[in-house]
Amino acid sequence: MPKITYIDLDGAAHTCEVANGLSVMEGAVANGVPGILAICGGSCACSTCHAYVDSAWLARVGAAADIEDATLDLANERRPESRLTCQIQMRPELDGLIVHVAKND
Amino acid sequence: MPPIVVVGAGQAGLQVVDSLRRGGYTDALTLIGDETWLPYQRPPLSKKFLLEEMDPARLYFRPAAHFSKQDVTLRLGVSVTRLNRTTCELTLSDGSTVHYDRLALATGTRVRTLPVPGADDPRVCYLRGLDDAVRVKARLVETSRVVIVGAGFIGLEIAAVARALGKEVTVIEAQGRVMPRVVAPLVSAYFQRVHESHGVRVMTDAQVQAVVNSGAGLAVRLRDATEIPAELIIVGIGVVPNTELAAAAGIICDSGIVVDEFARTNDPAIVAAGDCTRHRNTLFAEPHRLESVQNAVDQAKVAAASLLDVPVAYAQVPWFWSDQYDVKLQMTGISTGYDELVLRGVPESGAFSVFYYAGERLLAVDSINRPVDHMVARRWLLAGTKIAKHSAADVAVDLKSVI
Ligand SMILES: Cc1cc2nc3c(=O)[nH]c(=O)nc-3n(C[C@H](O)[C@H](O)[C@H](O)COP(=O)(O)OP(=O)(O)OC[C@H]3O[C@@H](n4cnc5c(N)ncnc54)[C@H](O)[C@@H]3O)c2cc1C
Ligand code: FES
Repeated sequence: MPKITYIDLDGAAHTCEVANGLSVMEGAVANGVPGILAICGGSCACSTCHAYVDSAWLARVGAAADIEDATLDLANERRPESRLTCQIQMRPELDGLIVHVAKND
Repeated sequence: MPPIVVVGAGQAGLQVVDSLRRGGYTDALTLIGDETWLPYQRPPLSKKFLLEEMDPARLYFRPAAHFSKQDVTLRLGVSVTRLNRTTCELTLSDGSTVHYDRLALATGTRVRTLPVPGADDPRVCYLRGLDDAVRVKARLVETSRVVIVGAGFIGLEIAAVARALGKEVTVIEAQGRVMPRVVAPLVSAYFQRVHESHGVRVMTDAQVQAVVNSGAGLAVRLRDATEIPAELIIVGIGVVPNTELAAAAGIICDSGIVVDEFARTNDPAIVAAGDCTRHRNTLFAEPHRLESVQNAVDQAKVAAASLLDVPVAYAQVPWFWSDQYDVKLQMTGISTGYDELVLRGVPESGAFSVFYYAGERLLAVDSINRPVDHMVARRWLLAGTKIAKHSAADVAVDLKSVI
Protein backbone atom coordinates (compact mmCIF):
# COMPACT_ATOMS: atom_id res chain seq x y z
CA MET A 1 0.00 0.00 0.00
CA PRO A 2 1.27 3.55 -0.66
CA LYS A 3 2.79 5.42 2.25
CA ILE A 4 2.61 8.97 3.53
CA THR A 5 4.94 10.45 6.11
CA TYR A 6 3.34 13.06 8.31
CA ILE A 7 5.71 15.23 10.34
CA ASP A 8 3.84 16.53 13.36
CA LEU A 9 4.36 19.83 15.16
CA ASP A 10 6.86 18.26 17.55
CA GLY A 11 8.92 17.06 14.58
CA ALA A 12 7.94 13.41 15.01
CA ALA A 13 7.51 11.45 11.78
CA HIS A 14 4.48 9.18 11.34
CA THR A 15 4.78 6.95 8.31
CA CYS A 16 1.40 5.45 7.50
CA GLU A 17 -0.10 3.26 4.83
CA VAL A 18 -2.89 5.09 3.06
CA ALA A 19 -4.95 3.41 0.36
CA ASN A 20 -5.34 5.09 -3.01
CA GLY A 21 -8.59 7.01 -3.14
CA LEU A 22 -8.49 8.09 0.48
CA SER A 23 -7.56 11.68 1.18
CA VAL A 24 -4.31 12.62 2.87
CA MET A 25 -6.48 13.92 5.73
CA GLU A 26 -8.27 10.57 6.09
CA GLY A 27 -4.93 8.83 6.24
CA ALA A 28 -3.87 11.07 9.10
CA VAL A 29 -7.13 10.69 11.01
CA ALA A 30 -7.27 6.91 10.65
CA ASN A 31 -3.72 6.64 11.96
CA GLY A 32 -4.15 9.11 14.79
CA VAL A 33 -1.62 11.63 13.50
CA PRO A 34 -1.79 14.51 15.98
CA GLY A 35 -2.72 17.97 14.71
CA ILE A 36 -4.89 17.06 11.71
CA LEU A 37 -8.24 17.92 13.30
CA ALA A 38 -10.48 17.91 10.22
CA ILE A 39 -13.57 19.07 12.05
CA CYS A 40 -15.66 19.43 8.86
CA GLY A 41 -14.84 15.89 7.81
CA GLY A 42 -13.29 16.80 4.50
CA SER A 43 -15.90 19.26 3.22
CA CYS A 44 -13.33 21.97 2.58
CA ALA A 45 -15.10 24.20 5.09
CA CYS A 46 -12.93 24.41 8.18
CA SER A 47 -9.20 24.55 7.27
CA THR A 48 -8.25 22.45 10.33
CA CYS A 49 -6.62 19.80 8.14
CA HIS A 50 -3.95 22.28 7.02
CA ALA A 51 -0.45 20.98 6.28
CA TYR A 52 2.62 22.04 4.32
CA VAL A 53 3.57 19.83 1.43
CA ASP A 54 7.25 18.99 1.51
CA SER A 55 9.01 21.00 -1.19
CA ALA A 56 10.18 17.88 -3.03
CA TRP A 57 6.55 16.86 -3.53
CA LEU A 58 4.94 20.18 -4.41
CA ALA A 59 4.91 19.72 -8.17
CA ARG A 60 3.48 16.22 -8.02
CA VAL A 61 0.75 17.21 -5.55
CA GLY A 62 -0.35 20.19 -7.62
CA ALA A 63 -2.13 23.39 -6.73
CA ALA A 64 -5.27 24.03 -4.72
CA ALA A 65 -8.62 24.56 -6.48
CA ASP A 66 -10.53 27.83 -5.99
CA ILE A 67 -12.65 26.70 -3.07
CA GLU A 68 -9.65 25.29 -1.26
CA ASP A 69 -7.70 28.45 -1.94
CA ALA A 70 -10.48 30.50 -0.32
CA THR A 71 -10.74 28.18 2.67
CA LEU A 72 -6.97 28.24 3.15
CA ASP A 73 -7.27 31.93 3.88
CA LEU A 74 -8.72 30.94 7.25
CA ALA A 75 -5.78 28.71 8.10
CA ASN A 76 -3.04 29.71 10.53
CA GLU A 77 0.29 30.68 9.00
CA ARG A 78 -0.53 30.08 5.38
CA ARG A 79 2.48 29.60 3.09
CA PRO A 80 2.92 28.87 -0.61
CA GLU A 81 3.21 25.14 0.16
CA SER A 82 0.01 25.13 2.25
CA ARG A 83 -2.68 22.64 1.35
CA LEU A 84 -5.84 21.31 2.94
CA THR A 85 -5.08 17.64 3.24
CA CYS A 86 -8.73 16.67 2.75
CA GLN A 87 -8.44 17.95 -0.80
CA ILE A 88 -5.48 15.77 -1.78
CA GLN A 89 -6.49 12.31 -2.95
CA MET A 90 -3.98 9.53 -2.48
CA ARG A 91 -2.83 8.11 -5.83
CA PRO A 92 0.08 5.94 -6.97
CA GLU A 93 2.43 8.80 -7.87
CA LEU A 94 2.10 10.21 -4.34
CA ASP A 95 3.54 7.05 -2.73
CA GLY A 96 6.15 8.32 -0.27
CA LEU A 97 4.56 11.78 0.10
CA ILE A 98 5.83 13.91 2.98
CA VAL A 99 3.65 16.58 4.59
CA HIS A 100 4.30 18.78 7.60
CA VAL A 101 1.31 19.29 9.88
CA ALA A 102 0.48 22.98 10.42
CA LYS A 103 -0.76 24.61 13.60
CA ASN A 104 -4.47 23.78 13.58
CA ASP A 105 -6.89 24.76 16.32
CA MET B 1 -11.13 17.71 40.25
CA PRO B 2 -11.35 14.14 38.92
CA PRO B 3 -13.21 12.39 37.53
CA ILE B 4 -14.72 14.29 34.61
CA VAL B 5 -17.47 12.52 32.72
CA VAL B 6 -18.85 13.48 29.30
CA VAL B 7 -22.31 12.25 28.26
CA GLY B 8 -22.86 11.97 24.51
CA ALA B 9 -20.08 10.73 22.23
CA GLY B 10 -20.83 12.92 19.22
CA GLN B 11 -18.95 15.85 17.74
CA ALA B 12 -19.26 18.02 20.85
CA GLY B 13 -18.55 15.24 23.35
CA LEU B 14 -15.43 14.19 21.48
CA GLN B 15 -14.22 17.78 21.31
CA VAL B 16 -14.71 18.27 25.06
CA VAL B 17 -12.56 15.21 25.70
CA ASP B 18 -9.88 16.30 23.23
CA SER B 19 -9.78 19.84 24.55
CA LEU B 20 -9.50 18.63 28.13
CA ARG B 21 -6.46 16.53 27.26
CA ARG B 22 -4.96 19.29 25.14
CA GLY B 23 -5.60 21.67 28.04
CA GLY B 24 -3.48 19.54 30.33
CA TYR B 25 -6.11 17.59 32.23
CA THR B 26 -4.49 14.26 33.05
CA ASP B 27 -6.92 12.69 35.52
CA ALA B 28 -9.77 10.29 34.99
CA LEU B 29 -11.92 11.00 31.95
CA THR B 30 -14.90 9.00 30.73
CA LEU B 31 -16.90 9.44 27.53
CA ILE B 32 -20.30 7.74 27.47
CA GLY B 33 -22.39 7.34 24.32
CA ASP B 34 -25.47 5.32 23.51
CA GLU B 35 -24.48 4.55 19.91
CA THR B 36 -22.25 1.54 19.35
CA TRP B 37 -19.96 3.24 16.80
CA LEU B 38 -16.86 5.16 17.71
CA PRO B 39 -17.56 8.91 17.57
CA TYR B 40 -18.17 9.78 13.90
CA GLN B 41 -18.94 12.61 11.50
CA ARG B 42 -22.62 13.17 10.77
CA PRO B 43 -22.45 15.60 7.81
CA PRO B 44 -21.39 12.96 5.23
CA LEU B 45 -24.38 10.78 6.18
CA SER B 46 -26.66 12.76 3.87
CA LYS B 47 -23.92 13.39 1.32
CA LYS B 48 -20.95 11.24 0.36
CA PHE B 49 -21.73 8.26 2.60
CA LEU B 50 -25.17 7.85 1.08
CA LEU B 51 -23.90 8.22 -2.45
CA GLU B 52 -20.77 6.12 -2.52
CA GLU B 53 -19.53 2.76 -1.43
CA MET B 54 -17.92 3.73 1.86
CA ASP B 55 -16.74 1.92 4.97
CA PRO B 56 -18.39 3.47 8.06
CA ALA B 57 -14.97 3.48 9.72
CA ARG B 58 -13.99 6.29 7.35
CA LEU B 59 -16.38 8.50 9.30
CA TYR B 60 -14.68 8.00 12.64
CA PHE B 61 -13.12 11.11 14.13
CA ARG B 62 -10.35 9.08 15.76
CA PRO B 63 -9.23 5.46 15.65
CA ALA B 64 -10.00 3.28 18.67
CA ALA B 65 -6.36 3.36 19.72
CA HIS B 66 -6.53 7.13 20.17
CA PHE B 67 -8.80 6.77 23.17
CA SER B 68 -6.56 4.33 24.99
CA LYS B 69 -3.53 6.42 24.13
CA GLN B 70 -5.28 9.47 25.58
CA ASP B 71 -6.38 7.42 28.58
CA VAL B 72 -10.04 8.10 27.90
CA THR B 73 -12.49 5.47 29.16
CA LEU B 74 -15.02 4.90 26.40
CA ARG B 75 -18.39 3.48 27.34
CA LEU B 76 -20.27 2.95 24.10
CA GLY B 77 -23.67 1.40 23.49
CA VAL B 78 -24.97 2.45 26.90
CA SER B 79 -27.15 5.42 27.66
CA VAL B 80 -27.23 7.49 30.77
CA THR B 81 -30.71 7.12 32.19
CA ARG B 82 -30.45 9.20 35.35
CA LEU B 83 -28.43 12.07 36.69
CA ASN B 84 -28.35 12.48 40.44
CA ARG B 85 -26.85 15.85 41.26
CA THR B 86 -26.92 15.27 45.01
CA THR B 87 -24.69 12.22 44.90
CA CYS B 88 -22.92 13.27 41.66
CA GLU B 89 -23.81 9.93 40.15
CA LEU B 90 -24.99 8.77 36.75
CA THR B 91 -27.07 5.65 36.26
CA LEU B 92 -26.48 3.79 33.01
CA SER B 93 -28.82 1.61 30.99
CA ASP B 94 -26.76 -1.49 31.90
CA GLY B 95 -27.52 -0.82 35.56
CA SER B 96 -24.06 0.42 36.46
CA THR B 97 -23.33 3.78 38.05
CA VAL B 98 -20.59 6.27 37.31
CA HIS B 99 -19.42 8.95 39.69
CA TYR B 100 -18.47 12.40 38.42
CA ASP B 101 -16.93 15.38 39.99
CA ARG B 102 -17.58 17.51 36.94
CA LEU B 103 -19.91 16.67 34.09
CA ALA B 104 -20.35 17.73 30.47
CA LEU B 105 -23.63 17.09 28.70
CA ALA B 106 -23.38 16.77 24.92
CA THR B 107 -26.51 14.78 24.21
CA GLY B 108 -27.35 16.31 20.82
CA THR B 109 -30.77 15.98 19.27
CA ARG B 110 -33.05 13.32 17.88
CA VAL B 111 -35.33 13.53 14.87
CA ARG B 112 -38.83 14.86 15.06
CA THR B 113 -41.11 12.07 13.92
CA LEU B 114 -43.88 12.50 11.40
CA PRO B 115 -47.06 12.84 13.46
CA VAL B 116 -49.53 11.31 11.02
CA PRO B 117 -51.36 7.97 10.78
CA GLY B 118 -49.41 5.26 9.00
CA ALA B 119 -46.02 6.84 9.69
CA ASP B 120 -44.96 3.76 11.63
CA ASP B 121 -44.55 1.83 8.36
CA PRO B 122 -41.01 0.42 8.16
CA ARG B 123 -40.52 2.10 4.80
CA VAL B 124 -40.72 5.48 6.54
CA CYS B 125 -37.14 6.37 7.46
CA TYR B 126 -35.23 9.16 9.18
CA LEU B 127 -31.62 10.21 9.00
CA ARG B 128 -29.77 11.25 12.12
CA GLY B 129 -27.23 8.58 12.92
CA LEU B 130 -25.00 6.09 11.18
CA ASP B 131 -27.46 3.26 11.90
CA ASP B 132 -30.13 5.28 10.07
CA ALA B 133 -27.78 5.99 7.18
CA VAL B 134 -26.87 2.33 6.76
CA ARG B 135 -30.58 1.47 6.69
CA VAL B 136 -31.52 4.25 4.25
CA LYS B 137 -28.63 3.33 2.00
CA ALA B 138 -29.69 -0.30 1.85
CA ARG B 139 -33.29 0.62 1.13
CA LEU B 140 -32.35 3.11 -1.56
CA VAL B 141 -30.75 0.30 -3.55
CA GLU B 142 -34.01 -1.59 -3.81
CA THR B 143 -36.15 1.48 -4.47
CA SER B 144 -36.97 3.46 -7.57
CA ARG B 145 -39.40 6.01 -6.11
CA VAL B 146 -38.48 8.12 -3.13
CA VAL B 147 -40.63 10.69 -1.37
CA ILE B 148 -38.86 13.09 0.93
CA VAL B 149 -40.92 14.89 3.54
CA GLY B 150 -39.37 18.21 4.55
CA ALA B 151 -37.23 20.47 2.35
CA GLY B 152 -34.61 21.39 4.93
CA PHE B 153 -30.89 20.90 4.38
CA ILE B 154 -30.94 17.20 5.10
CA GLY B 155 -34.03 16.49 2.99
CA LEU B 156 -32.59 18.38 0.03
CA GLU B 157 -29.17 16.76 0.35
CA ILE B 158 -30.83 13.35 0.33
CA ALA B 159 -32.91 14.40 -2.68
CA ALA B 160 -29.72 15.30 -4.55
CA VAL B 161 -28.12 11.96 -3.71
CA ALA B 162 -31.24 10.02 -4.66
CA ARG B 163 -31.33 11.78 -8.04
CA ALA B 164 -27.65 11.05 -8.60
CA LEU B 165 -28.53 7.39 -7.96
CA GLY B 166 -31.23 7.64 -10.63
CA LYS B 167 -34.27 7.52 -8.37
CA GLU B 168 -37.55 9.27 -9.04
CA VAL B 169 -37.72 11.89 -6.28
CA THR B 170 -40.53 14.00 -4.88
CA VAL B 171 -39.90 16.52 -2.09
CA ILE B 172 -42.87 17.64 -0.01
CA GLU B 173 -42.59 20.84 1.99
CA ALA B 174 -45.35 22.17 4.26
CA GLN B 175 -44.32 25.79 3.94
CA GLY B 176 -44.27 27.93 0.83
CA ARG B 177 -40.62 27.42 -0.13
CA VAL B 178 -37.63 25.14 0.40
CA MET B 179 -35.33 25.76 3.40
CA PRO B 180 -37.91 28.25 4.71
CA ARG B 181 -36.49 28.67 8.19
CA VAL B 182 -32.96 29.60 7.29
CA VAL B 183 -32.48 31.33 3.97
CA ALA B 184 -33.99 34.30 2.14
CA PRO B 185 -36.74 33.65 -0.42
CA LEU B 186 -34.39 34.28 -3.32
CA VAL B 187 -32.02 31.57 -2.09
CA SER B 188 -34.96 29.20 -1.65
CA ALA B 189 -36.12 29.94 -5.17
CA TYR B 190 -32.64 29.27 -6.53
CA PHE B 191 -32.39 25.89 -4.81
CA GLN B 192 -35.88 24.90 -5.90
CA ARG B 193 -34.87 25.60 -9.51
CA VAL B 194 -31.66 23.61 -9.10
CA HIS B 195 -33.58 20.60 -7.82
CA GLU B 196 -36.23 20.88 -10.50
CA SER B 197 -33.60 21.13 -13.21
CA HIS B 198 -32.17 17.87 -11.88
CA GLY B 199 -35.57 16.27 -12.22
CA VAL B 200 -36.87 16.47 -8.64
CA ARG B 201 -40.55 17.20 -8.20
CA VAL B 202 -40.76 19.86 -5.50
CA MET B 203 -44.17 20.39 -3.87
CA THR B 204 -44.48 23.36 -1.51
CA ASP B 205 -47.45 24.35 0.67
CA ALA B 206 -48.14 20.63 0.83
CA GLN B 207 -49.18 19.12 4.16
CA VAL B 208 -48.81 15.41 4.73
CA GLN B 209 -51.97 13.97 6.22
CA ALA B 210 -51.19 10.27 6.27
CA VAL B 211 -48.99 7.52 5.00
CA VAL B 212 -51.30 5.07 3.30
CA ASN B 213 -50.63 1.51 2.37
CA SER B 214 -53.37 0.45 0.01
CA GLY B 215 -53.51 -2.37 -2.51
CA ALA B 216 -51.71 -0.08 -4.94
CA GLY B 217 -48.75 0.17 -2.60
CA LEU B 218 -47.29 2.78 -0.28
CA ALA B 219 -48.21 6.44 -0.74
CA VAL B 220 -48.11 9.78 1.00
CA ARG B 221 -51.53 11.39 1.21
CA LEU B 222 -51.68 15.16 1.32
CA ARG B 223 -54.34 17.28 2.98
CA ASP B 224 -55.92 17.99 -0.42
CA ALA B 225 -56.27 14.19 -0.85
CA THR B 226 -53.53 13.94 -3.49
CA GLU B 227 -51.67 10.66 -3.13
CA ILE B 228 -48.03 10.43 -4.05
CA PRO B 229 -46.83 6.88 -4.60
CA ALA B 230 -43.60 5.96 -2.83
CA GLU B 231 -41.45 2.93 -2.21
CA LEU B 232 -39.39 4.71 0.38
CA ILE B 233 -40.30 7.76 2.45
CA ILE B 234 -37.54 9.74 4.11
CA VAL B 235 -38.59 12.29 6.68
CA GLY B 236 -36.49 15.33 7.54
CA ILE B 237 -38.73 17.69 9.47
CA GLY B 238 -36.34 18.87 12.14
CA VAL B 239 -35.01 17.70 15.45
CA VAL B 240 -35.77 17.79 19.16
CA PRO B 241 -32.93 18.49 21.61
CA ASN B 242 -32.18 15.68 24.07
CA THR B 243 -32.84 17.57 27.30
CA GLU B 244 -34.79 14.99 29.31
CA LEU B 245 -31.83 13.72 31.33
CA ALA B 246 -30.89 17.25 32.34
CA ALA B 247 -34.44 18.46 32.91
CA ALA B 248 -35.29 15.51 35.16
CA ALA B 249 -32.30 16.46 37.31
CA GLY B 250 -33.51 20.03 37.68
CA ILE B 251 -31.16 21.62 35.17
CA ILE B 252 -32.87 24.55 33.50
CA CYS B 253 -33.99 23.76 29.96
CA ASP B 254 -35.92 25.83 27.44
CA SER B 255 -36.05 23.78 24.25
CA GLY B 256 -32.37 23.20 24.84
CA ILE B 257 -30.20 22.92 27.94
CA VAL B 258 -29.77 26.53 28.99
CA VAL B 259 -26.13 27.59 29.31
CA ASP B 260 -24.34 30.90 29.67
CA GLU B 261 -21.47 32.17 27.48
CA PHE B 262 -19.13 29.87 29.43
CA ALA B 263 -21.25 26.81 28.56
CA ARG B 264 -22.25 26.52 32.23
CA THR B 265 -25.64 25.25 33.30
CA ASN B 266 -27.29 26.37 36.53
CA ASP B 267 -25.24 23.66 38.29
CA PRO B 268 -21.63 24.87 38.70
CA ALA B 269 -20.32 21.32 38.26
CA ILE B 270 -22.12 20.80 34.94
CA VAL B 271 -21.48 22.26 31.50
CA ALA B 272 -23.22 21.49 28.22
CA ALA B 273 -22.29 21.91 24.57
CA GLY B 274 -23.48 21.32 21.03
CA ASP B 275 -26.88 20.79 19.44
CA CYS B 276 -28.53 20.20 22.82
CA THR B 277 -27.90 23.69 24.21
CA ARG B 278 -29.69 26.99 24.18
CA HIS B 279 -26.67 29.14 24.67
CA ARG B 280 -25.18 32.58 24.94
CA ASN B 281 -22.60 33.84 22.49
CA THR B 282 -21.18 37.25 23.32
CA LEU B 283 -21.53 38.30 19.67
CA PHE B 284 -25.33 38.20 19.96
CA ALA B 285 -27.95 39.73 22.26
CA GLU B 286 -30.26 36.73 22.03
CA PRO B 287 -29.63 33.11 23.04
CA HIS B 288 -29.60 30.54 20.24
CA ARG B 289 -29.83 26.84 19.69
CA LEU B 290 -27.80 25.85 16.65
CA GLU B 291 -27.28 22.56 14.86
CA SER B 292 -23.87 22.76 13.28
CA VAL B 293 -20.38 21.40 13.37
CA GLN B 294 -19.05 24.88 14.12
CA ASN B 295 -21.20 25.27 17.21
CA ALA B 296 -20.53 21.74 18.45
CA VAL B 297 -16.77 22.22 18.19
CA ASP B 298 -16.39 25.82 19.33
CA GLN B 299 -18.80 25.52 22.21
CA ALA B 300 -17.21 22.27 23.34
CA LYS B 301 -13.89 24.11 23.60
CA VAL B 302 -15.59 26.70 25.79
CA ALA B 303 -17.11 23.95 27.94
CA ALA B 304 -13.72 22.28 28.37
CA ALA B 305 -12.13 25.59 29.37
CA SER B 306 -14.78 26.05 32.06
CA LEU B 307 -14.20 22.51 33.35
CA LEU B 308 -10.50 23.37 33.63
CA ASP B 309 -11.28 26.60 35.53
CA VAL B 310 -9.81 28.78 32.81
CA PRO B 311 -13.11 30.17 31.50
CA VAL B 312 -13.22 31.69 28.02
CA ALA B 313 -16.43 33.31 26.80
CA TYR B 314 -18.07 31.92 23.67
CA ALA B 315 -17.59 34.53 20.94
CA GLN B 316 -17.51 32.77 17.59
CA VAL B 317 -19.26 33.49 14.32
CA PRO B 318 -21.62 30.69 13.28
CA TRP B 319 -20.94 29.00 9.95
CA PHE B 320 -22.51 26.11 8.13
CA TRP B 321 -22.44 24.45 4.75
CA SER B 322 -24.65 22.22 2.64
CA ASP B 323 -23.70 20.32 -0.52
CA GLN B 324 -26.39 19.60 -3.09
CA TYR B 325 -25.28 18.29 -6.51
CA ASP B 326 -22.33 20.49 -7.46
CA VAL B 327 -23.76 23.45 -5.55
CA LYS B 328 -22.04 24.41 -2.33
CA LEU B 329 -24.06 26.61 -0.01
CA GLN B 330 -22.00 28.27 2.71
CA MET B 331 -23.64 30.34 5.39
CA THR B 332 -22.24 32.53 8.11
CA GLY B 333 -23.76 34.76 10.78
CA ILE B 334 -27.40 34.74 11.86
CA SER B 335 -29.81 36.49 9.54
CA THR B 336 -32.76 36.81 11.95
CA GLY B 337 -34.05 40.37 11.95
CA TYR B 338 -32.64 41.47 8.60
CA ASP B 339 -34.38 44.31 6.79
CA GLU B 340 -32.48 44.38 3.52
CA LEU B 341 -30.84 41.89 1.19
CA VAL B 342 -27.90 42.81 -0.99
CA LEU B 343 -27.13 40.50 -3.88
CA ARG B 344 -23.60 39.96 -5.13
CA GLY B 345 -23.42 38.20 -8.49
CA VAL B 346 -26.41 36.81 -10.33
CA PRO B 347 -28.22 33.59 -9.43
CA GLU B 348 -28.47 32.64 -13.13
CA SER B 349 -24.68 32.34 -13.22
CA GLY B 350 -24.76 29.69 -10.49
CA ALA B 351 -22.45 31.71 -8.22
CA PHE B 352 -23.79 34.47 -6.00
CA SER B 353 -23.94 35.65 -2.41
CA VAL B 354 -26.73 37.22 -0.41
CA PHE B 355 -25.77 39.74 2.27
CA TYR B 356 -28.31 40.19 5.07
CA TYR B 357 -28.32 43.66 6.61
CA ALA B 358 -30.17 45.30 9.51
CA GLY B 359 -29.76 48.98 8.74
CA GLU B 360 -26.07 49.35 7.91
CA ARG B 361 -25.05 46.37 10.01
CA LEU B 362 -24.14 43.14 8.25
CA LEU B 363 -25.79 40.16 9.99
CA ALA B 364 -25.12 37.20 7.76
CA VAL B 365 -24.02 36.07 4.31
CA ASP B 366 -25.16 33.06 2.28
CA SER B 367 -22.78 32.15 -0.53
CA ILE B 368 -23.55 29.83 -3.38
CA ASN B 369 -20.37 28.63 -5.07
CA ARG B 370 -18.60 31.83 -3.96
CA PRO B 371 -16.22 30.59 -1.25
CA VAL B 372 -14.19 33.79 -1.09
CA ASP B 373 -17.26 35.82 -0.10
CA HIS B 374 -17.98 33.33 2.64
CA MET B 375 -14.48 33.28 4.08
CA VAL B 376 -14.17 37.06 4.01
CA ALA B 377 -17.58 37.45 5.64
CA ARG B 378 -16.59 35.14 8.47
CA ARG B 379 -13.67 37.36 9.26
CA TRP B 380 -15.71 40.57 8.98
CA LEU B 381 -18.47 39.27 11.23
CA LEU B 382 -15.97 38.28 13.88
CA ALA B 383 -14.19 41.62 13.73
CA GLY B 384 -17.43 43.62 13.39
CA THR B 385 -16.09 45.19 10.18
CA LYS B 386 -18.44 47.64 8.50
CA ILE B 387 -18.96 46.77 4.88
CA ALA B 388 -20.86 49.22 2.70
CA LYS B 389 -23.77 47.79 0.75
CA HIS B 390 -22.47 49.17 -2.54
CA SER B 391 -19.17 47.34 -2.03
CA ALA B 392 -20.96 44.13 -1.18
CA ALA B 393 -23.07 44.43 -4.32
CA ASP B 394 -20.22 45.24 -6.68
CA VAL B 395 -18.46 42.13 -7.96
CA ALA B 396 -15.67 44.36 -9.25
CA VAL B 397 -14.73 45.20 -5.64
CA ASP B 398 -12.21 42.71 -4.29
CA LEU B 399 -13.70 41.88 -0.90
CA LYS B 400 -10.38 40.63 0.40
CA SER B 401 -9.10 44.20 0.12
CA VAL B 402 -11.87 45.47 2.45
CA ILE B 403 -10.59 45.12 5.97
C1 LIG C 1 -27.44 13.95 8.15
C2 LIG C 1 -26.82 15.16 8.79
C3 LIG C 1 -26.12 16.07 8.01
C4 LIG C 1 -25.52 17.18 8.60
N1 LIG C 1 -24.83 18.05 7.80
C5 LIG C 1 -24.20 19.11 8.37
C6 LIG C 1 -23.42 20.01 7.57
O1 LIG C 1 -23.31 19.86 6.36
N2 LIG C 1 -22.78 21.02 8.19
C7 LIG C 1 -22.88 21.23 9.55
O2 LIG C 1 -22.29 22.18 10.07
N3 LIG C 1 -23.63 20.41 10.32
C8 LIG C 1 -24.28 19.36 9.77
N4 LIG C 1 -25.03 18.52 10.55
C9 LIG C 1 -25.18 18.83 11.98
C10 LIG C 1 -24.03 18.32 12.82
O3 LIG C 1 -23.72 17.00 12.49
C11 LIG C 1 -24.41 18.43 14.29
O4 LIG C 1 -24.63 19.79 14.56
C12 LIG C 1 -23.38 17.86 15.23
O5 LIG C 1 -23.23 16.49 15.02
C13 LIG C 1 -23.77 18.13 16.65
O6 LIG C 1 -22.92 17.47 17.53
P1 LIG C 1 -23.38 17.12 19.02
O7 LIG C 1 -22.24 16.42 19.63
O8 LIG C 1 -23.95 18.31 19.68
O9 LIG C 1 -24.59 16.12 18.84
P2 LIG C 1 -24.57 14.65 18.23
O10 LIG C 1 -23.57 14.53 17.16
O11 LIG C 1 -26.00 14.35 17.94
O12 LIG C 1 -24.09 13.73 19.44
C14 LIG C 1 -24.86 13.47 20.58
C15 LIG C 1 -24.63 12.04 20.98
O13 LIG C 1 -25.12 11.83 22.31
C16 LIG C 1 -25.82 10.61 22.35
N5 LIG C 1 -26.72 10.65 23.52
C17 LIG C 1 -27.83 11.39 23.68
N6 LIG C 1 -28.37 11.18 24.89
C18 LIG C 1 -27.59 10.28 25.53
C19 LIG C 1 -27.63 9.65 26.81
N7 LIG C 1 -28.58 9.93 27.69
N8 LIG C 1 -26.66 8.76 27.12
C20 LIG C 1 -25.65 8.48 26.23
N9 LIG C 1 -25.57 9.05 25.00
C21 LIG C 1 -26.52 9.94 24.66
C22 LIG C 1 -26.52 10.58 21.00
O14 LIG C 1 -26.96 9.31 20.66
C23 LIG C 1 -25.38 11.05 20.10
O15 LIG C 1 -24.54 9.99 19.75
C24 LIG C 1 -25.65 17.40 10.00
C25 LIG C 1 -26.37 16.49 10.78
C26 LIG C 1 -26.96 15.38 10.20
C27 LIG C 1 -27.72 14.42 11.05
S1 FES D 1 -11.29 18.75 6.89
FE1 FES D 1 -12.22 20.69 6.95
S2 FES D 1 -11.21 21.71 5.36
FE2 FES D 1 -10.27 19.78 5.33
